[in-house]
Amino acid sequence: MESKRRESDRRQFLKLAGASALGLWTAGCGWRGGPFEDVLQWWWNPNEVLQKALTTPRRSAKLYPPGSETATFPTYYISDSVPMTDTAAWRLDIGGMVGRPLSLSLDDLLKMPMTTTRVRHYCIEGWTGVAEWSGVQLSHLAELVNIDPAVKYVDFRSFDDGYWSSWDRETALHPQTLIAVGMNGALLGPGHGAPARLYSSLKYGYKSVKYLTEINFLSHRTGGYWEDRGYDWYAGL
Amino acid sequence: MERRVKFYHPRIIRATHWLNAVLLLGMIASGLQIFHAYPAFAERGGTFCCYPFAGSRFPEAVRLGGWLAGGLRWHFFLMWFFIVNGLVYGGYQLASGEWRRRWFRLRDVKGAWHMHLYYLRLRADKPPYEMYNGLQKLSYSGTMTLGALAVFTGFAIWKPVSLPFLADIIGGYAWARFWHFLIVWAFVAFLAVHLFMTLIVDRESTRSMIVGAYREKPDGE
Repeated sequence: MESKRRESDRRQFLKLAGASALGLWTAGCGWRGGPFEDVLQWWWNPNEVLQKALTTPRRSAKLYPPGSETATFPTYYISDSVPMTDTAAWRLDIGGMVGRPLSLSLDDLLKMPMTTTRVRHYCIEGWTGVAEWSGVQLSHLAELVNIDPAVKYVDFRSFDDGYWSSWDRETALHPQTLIAVGMNGALLGPGHGAPARLYSSLKYGYKSVKYLTEINFLSHRTGGYWEDRGYDWYAGL
Repeated sequence: MERRVKFYHPRIIRATHWLNAVLLLGMIASGLQIFHAYPAFAERGGTFCCYPFAGSRFPEAVRLGGWLAGGLRWHFFLMWFFIVNGLVYGGYQLASGEWRRRWFRLRDVKGAWHMHLYYLRLRADKPPYEMYNGLQKLSYSGTMTLGALAVFTGFAIWKPVSLPFLADIIGGYAWARFWHFLIVWAFVAFLAVHLFMTLIVDRESTRSMIVGAYREKPDGE
C-alpha cells in the first residue's frame, strides 16, 4: 500500500516534471536569455581570456596563391544604400594618444609602402571568401603618428551611418592588419568600403570597419556597432 | 519481495548525466541558431558537395538565442560547462576504473552481436552481461566520443587562423562546420534510441539514473 502510494506520487511528479519541461521548452523558443542576458553578455569576458590564450602567440593567417580568390565576395554596409563620399575631399584622420596626428588623403595613402595579402575572410555568420587586399600596414601608420606606449586600444570610425568598432593593440599592430585601399588588383569598390577600410583576417569581418574616416589610438576600450548589440568584442580568429 | 540491486549509479555520475542532458540540448539549440545565419557550407561563390539542403532553416522552436548574437552568447556560455562537466565525468570514469564497465572494447564485439540478434528476435534468450551489454557499451562509448569530437570540431571552427591544424586535418573550415553539424544529428539519433530504451523498454534504468540503485526484475532476469 505504502509503496504503491509512493509509486503513484512519483509517477505524478514525473508527469508534472515532464509537463513543466515541455512548457519551459515552448516558452524558451527563440529565448535571448531574459534576466540572464546580462550574464551571457558579461560572459564574453572569460571567453576573451580563453581566446587570448588560444590566439597568443599571434599567428599569421595562411596566404593563398594567386587565382584562389572566390568567385564572389559580399559587399557590406549598414546604410540603406552604398555609402559614397567625394574621394577628392575625403580624409582619414589619425589621432588619439599620438605625438603627431595626421590627416591623410587617398593620394597620401597610395604613396605609402603597400602590402598585399591574399587571405581567407571569415564572417561571423559562417561563410568565408578569399580576396586579395592591398593597403598600408596599420603598424606603419602607428609609427608615423608616433603612438604613446600607453596605447592599448584602437578605435575605428566610418561614414557608414555611424558604423564603428575598436580593437586590441596587439592585433591592430599585427603585420597582416591593413588599411586597405585595393581589392583583387583594383582600387577598393564602393560596396567594399571605398576609399579605405580596415582589413585583417585575424578577426571576423564585422570588426573590419569599412568607409573609414577616423582612427584613434586610445588607452581605454570603446565598443562597436555590433559589439554594443551583443556580439563578441574580441572576436579573434 | 526485496529486489536485488544489480548495480548502483554513484551520485557524481547521476549529477553529470542530468547536467549534460540540459547542456547538450542548450548547445544544440544555440548551435542551430548560429547555423540559421548561414544555413549552408560552401564558401562564397563556391559549391559544397555533400549538403543538399543548403538554404533551409530550422524552426524557431528548436533554436535558442533569438538572433545570431543571442545564439553565440548561449553557445559560448554553455560551452564551458559542457566541457568541464564532460571532463569531470570522464575523469571520474578513469580514476574509479568504472570505464571498464562502460567502454566498448574488442571483447565486447561478440556480446554486441548477440544482443543485436536478440533484439531482432533471431535469438530467444538475452545474452548474459554484467552491467551493460555490448550494444549499450557501444552506444555509450560512441556518444562520449561524439562529445569529444564536438569539442574538437568546435575549436577548429572557432579559431581557424590561430589553430589552423585543427581544421586542416578534417578537410578545412567548411568541412569542420559540416562535421560539427553532422555530430548534432548523431547526437539526436543517439537520443532517440536512448529515450526509447530508457523510457519504454527498460524504465528501471531511468529510475536508477535518478535514485542510484538499479534493481533486478522480480523474475530475476
